[in-house]
Amino acid sequence: MSNHRVAICGVGQTERYKTKLSCSLAGLVREAALNALADAGCGWSDIDALIIGKAPDMFEGVVMPEAYLAEALGGVNKPVIRVHTAGSVGGSTAIVAANHIKSGLFKRVLTVAFEKQSESNAHWALSPSMPFRPHFNSGAGGMFAPVIREYMRRSDAPEDVGCQVAVKDRLHAINNPHAHLHLPDIDIDTVKNSPMLWEPTRFLESCPSSDGACAMVLAAESHADTSAHKPAWVHAMAMRSEPSFYPWREEVNPEASRACAKDLYAQAGITQPRKQLDMAEVYVPFSWFEPIWLESLGFAESGQGWRLTLEGATSRDQGGDIPWNCSGGVLSSNPIGASGMIRFAEAALQVRGMAEQRQVEGAKRALGHAYGGHSQFFAMWIVGSEKP
Amino acid sequence: MDIDLDPIEQFDAPIYHRYHATSSRAITPFLHAMKRGELLGHLSTATGKVLFPPLGACPESGQATQIPVILSDSGTVIGFTTVHLPIPGSKLVPPFTVANILLDGADQACSHLISECGINAVAIGMRVAAVWRSAEVWNNSLENIEYFKPTGEPLVDIDILQQQCLAKAEQRKEPVKGGQNA
Repeated sequence: MSNHRVAICGVGQTERYKTKLSCSLAGLVREAALNALADAGCGWSDIDALIIGKAPDMFEGVVMPEAYLAEALGGVNKPVIRVHTAGSVGGSTAIVAANHIKSGLFKRVLTVAFEKQSESNAHWALSPSMPFRPHFNSGAGGMFAPVIREYMRRSDAPEDVGCQVAVKDRLHAINNPHAHLHLPDIDIDTVKNSPMLWEPTRFLESCPSSDGACAMVLAAESHADTSAHKPAWVHAMAMRSEPSFYPWREEVNPEASRACAKDLYAQAGITQPRKQLDMAEVYVPFSWFEPIWLESLGFAESGQGWRLTLEGATSRDQGGDIPWNCSGGVLSSNPIGASGMIRFAEAALQVRGMAEQRQVEGAKRALGHAYGGHSQFFAMWIVGSEKP
Repeated sequence: MDIDLDPIEQFDAPIYHRYHATSSRAITPFLHAMKRGELLGHLSTATGKVLFPPLGACPESGQATQIPVILSDSGTVIGFTTVHLPIPGSKLVPPFTVANILLDGADQACSHLISECGINAVAIGMRVAAVWRSAEVWNNSLENIEYFKPTGEPLVDIDILQQQCLAKAEQRKEPVKGGQNA
């Protein structure tokens, strides 16, 4: 396989990831795509192929929406590829798109991921009644709450850690005009006093239901100079998955997560992620997943991730050494299918120096991360300001 | 054209997907056993682990499983959550506690409800036993068990439980003859 460098030349997001009843799915994805093309300095005719991702079709009840959306995205008579990996799909889609450049097959691709949660009910979509099984599903929160409880049992972390993540990411979101939630008055007590949804997860420790799309223009090195801004470069990318259920499956620190991070860091020559990366955008839909992933991704020793959170190491506002989710993260905006791509795109904006009010000063290398399903699908990339 | 009409931005349009499911060769004996009030798992000879419910293949080795193992209707809570949010399409009225229960003799937990104790009394490592519906209404379903209730036995250390189960699985494992792993 050829090994062409991959540049991220354009990033586009919808204006704000809040409920948008006045806009169709097509309008939503087109807005993000036009913003990405404008950033990349390209038009529709410059795009060779379209790579689309979204979470399961049940989330809007539109089956194979990529077929219907191709027209709104300039995809007629071009290769259109759909990616499916549940909640991690935004990340996987970006990686599939990048591999189409890396292989030399295409010079420039448009990749788009989206979700319009207002058109359905994600709890319903995530809790289908399956044949031969009692119906005890209770949405994504119900799936992850036992994992969080198990993390708390093993680490003996103070109860406040989750609340602190919830506050930190919402304060970060104030700096991000695209963020769904802007909660400037949030504090630990507000989070603690919010209703319990899936014990031990409270309402304000959970992500919102958002509408939105994110798009990127990826290009080969020979086609990377159209933008008025410098591109970001893909330094490493990896995907892993594992089954939902098997005997004694490690759910807190899944094997697929560890294997994915190991592969990723080996490609980028990273041995100490906390020191060698300048920031990370990591998929944290429920607050306690920050310490869980801090450990799984090697930013902290096993059982110690919560200490970084409590010390403010992951807070940009507190001048932490490894800011996580300066965009406000999934806790502040969750258009599910897009959420992974937003993480990847925000990492790219940071190393391009284009993250505006949420910029980490001098960021040169950043991690974008997504996970999905029963903590079973993983997609990660490392992007840099310089060519790899 | 009347342009003064208010736009209709959203209305509910429920969708339904009705289908007939046919049980596979693996799950059919499990469903028949449920109707008799028996909990039937499968032993994976590749790993020595007992799978419940049996789906016909061992997720770790990929090998077909067919050796039946009748499991106890008591077990240990290895994870749980209490749900306070009504879930669309669900008959359950919050708050209710859903637990991952490792039946005695199994290596894979199954989901079921915990009742007959306050939601604050549920704990990791709690010993529980099935409360069956009356036999006249038994069907080919795990729903024949209405819920699990605490037995009052002391809490189990689930890390030690895991070590014990894995040690037993190791003894049950059969060496692979021939094939690429030999």
